[in-house]
Amino acid sequence: MILQALKNNKNENKKNITDGRRKSMWKEIGKRMIKDKPSLISFIFIVALILVSIFANFLIDVDLVTAQNGAERIQSPSFAHWFGTDLYGRDIFARVVYGSRVSLSIGIITVLISTSIGGLLGAVAAYFGGLLDDIIMRVTDVVLAIPEQLLAMCVVAAMGATPTSVIAALSIAVIPTRTRLVRSTVLGIVDTEYVEAARASGMGNIGIIVKEIMPNTLGPIIVVSTQGIASIMLTASSLSYLGVGIQPPTPEWGAIIFEAREFLRLAPYMCILPGLVIVVTALAFNLMGDGLRDALDPRLKD
Amino acid sequence: MYNAISCNIMLVGRFGGGVLVIKYVTKRLLLLIPILIGVAFLIFTIMEFTPGDPAVKILGIEAPQEAVEQLREQLGLNRPFAVRFFDYIYKIVTRLDFGMSWRTKNPVFMDIIPRIPVSATLAFLGIAFATLFGIPLGVLSAVKQYSKSDNVLRVVSTILVAVPTFWLAMLLILAFSSYLAWLPAGGVHSYVGYIMPVITCGGPYGSAILRITRSTMLEEIRQDYVRTARAKGVPNNIIIYKHALQNALLPVITTIGQNFGAILGGSVVAESVFSLPGIGSLVILGIKSKDTPTVIASVLLIAFFFAIVMLAVDLMYAFIDPRIKAKYFKAE
Repeated sequence: MILQALKNNKNENKKNITDGRRKSMWKEIGKRMIKDKPSLISFIFIVALILVSIFANFLIDVDLVTAQNGAERIQSPSFAHWFGTDLYGRDIFARVVYGSRVSLSIGIITVLISTSIGGLLGAVAAYFGGLLDDIIMRVTDVVLAIPEQLLAMCVVAAMGATPTSVIAALSIAVIPTRTRLVRSTVLGIVDTEYVEAARASGMGNIGIIVKEIMPNTLGPIIVVSTQGIASIMLTASSLSYLGVGIQPPTPEWGAIIFEAREFLRLAPYMCILPGLVIVVTALAFNLMGDGLRDALDPRLKD
Repeated sequence: MYNAISCNIMLVGRFGGGVLVIKYVTKRLLLLIPILIGVAFLIFTIMEFTPGDPAVKILGIEAPQEAVEQLREQLGLNRPFAVRFFDYIYKIVTRLDFGMSWRTKNPVFMDIIPRIPVSATLAFLGIAFATLFGIPLGVLSAVKQYSKSDNVLRVVSTILVAVPTFWLAMLLILAFSSYLAWLPAGGVHSYVGYIMPVITCGGPYGSAILRITRSTMLEEIRQDYVRTARAKGVPNNIIIYKHALQNALLPVITTIGQNFGAILGGSVVAESVFSLPGIGSLVILGIKSKDTPTVIASVLLIAFFFAIVMLAVDLMYAFIDPRIKAKYFKAE
C-alpha cells in the first residue's frame, strides 16, 4: 500500500516536473523563433497561405478558375488579372490560389503520412533490433536505391494520375528516409536511463515507444518535416510538369506551368509567375525549418 | 554510410595491403546484387498494377481476340506473377535480355544502350559543376563570414534550393536562347547543348553543397588546431585549404553522396525540358506510352548507376579520412 502510494506520488512529481519543463522549453523555443526574422516572416506567410487556400471560395469566384473565356485569352498581367490569363482566358491568379489547395495538401498530407509511418517503422526497428530491424532496414535500402522522383513516377503511372495516388506515390518514396532518420535518433535514446526506468516501472514496449521514445525524437522530425513539405511540393510539381503527375485542368501549380509551357516565348508571365509562387512557398518552408532547427538547438547556429 | 565505414575499418584491420581495397569493392558489389533484385521486384510489382492488357497494347485495340490470346501465350503473360518475375531475372542474368519494348518492338536493351552516354555525361558534368562551384564558394562564404559576398551567396543558395528544376530550366531557356540567342534550347548536337542542362541539374545540388561546406567550415575554423596553426604562423591559405577544408570535406562528401539521387531526378527533368535523348526522357516516354519493360529496365539501370556512385563516394570517404588512409598506407 505504502509502496503503491509512494510510486503514485513519485509519478505525479515526475509528471509535474516534466510538464513544467516542457512548457518553458516550448516557450523558450517560441521566443527564439520570433527573434529570428526570416523564420517569423516565413511562418506568417505560411499561415496566410493556408488561410487563403482554405477560404479561397470566399475570396475568389470559382468560375474564374474553370470557366473558359474566349474574349480574354492570353492577356498580360493587369489589375483585372494579376497574373494574366491563359490560353482559355482563365485567370491565372485565381488558378494559383485554388491550386494552393492541391499543392499544399499534397505537401502536408504526404509529410504527415510518411513521417508517421516512417517514424513508427524506424522506432520499432531501433527499439526491437534483431531480425525485425534487419528486415525493415533491408527493405528501406531497396526503396532508397531508386531516386525518389523516379519511384514516385512509376507509382503514379501504375495507380493513375490523381491527387490521391500522387500522395501515395510520394509517401512511398519518402517513408524510407524518415525511417532511417528516426531509427538513428532512437538508437541514441534506447539505452538511456529514463527508458530503463520506464521499463523497470512496468511500462509495455508500445507504451515506451509512444510515451518515452517518440516525444524525444520530435526535434529532428519537426525540422526535417517542415523542409520536407518544401521538397515534396517541388517533386510533386515536377511530376505534373513532366506530364506524369496531376493532370490539367486540375489547378495544381506544376500543372498550371505544364499547360503554359508552349507559351514560354510568347507569354513568359504564364510560366514565371506561378513558378515564383512555388519558389516563395518552398523558400518559406525551408526558412521556417532553418529557424526551427536553430530554435530547438541553439548550439547549431553559427 | 557509417556502416560502410566501420565495415571498411574492420576490413583494414583484418586483411592488409592494397588487396583489401579490391576485397572491399568486391564485397560491396556483391551486396549490390540483392538490392538490385529487390529494386527489380519492387518496380516489377508496382508496374504490375498498370491498367490494361500488354498484348492489346502491342497489337492495338482492334486486334482480333485470337491474336491477342496467342501473343499473351507467346509472351508468357498467362503464367503466375512469381514465375514471370523469376523468368525476367533469369533472362537478364543469362542473356542481358530485358524483354521487348511494347512501344518500339525492339529489345529494350537496344533502346537503352545509345541513350547511356547522354545521361552519363549529364550526370557527371552536373556533379562536377555542382562540386566545383559549391565547395570553393562555400569555403569563401565561411572564411568571410558576414561579409557582403557571404550574404549574397547565402541568399542565392537558399533561394536556389527552393527552385523547381523545371522552372530554372525554363528561365534559362528564356534568357539564353529566346532573348540572347546564345545557346540552343534543346538537343545535343554539340557540347554547347549540355551547358543549360548541366546548370539545371547541378545548380540546386551545388547550392546544397555550398550550404553544408559553409556550415562545416565554420565549425572547423573555430577548432583549437586552427588556432594553434595560426599561432605558429602558418599562412592563412594553408590553414584554410590544407587543414580546415580537409576535415570539413567528410560531411561535404556525405552530402554529395546522399543528394546524388536528386541529381538523377533532376536530370530526368533536364532531359525532358531540353529534349535530350537520355535514359530519363526514355522513362517518361515509357510511362506515358505505358511501355512497362522499358520503364523497369531504365529504372533498374539508374538504380545500378546510383549504387555505383554511392560506392565511389564511400571509397573516396575512406581515402580522404586520414585515419583510414593512414591504415591503408601503413599496410602497403
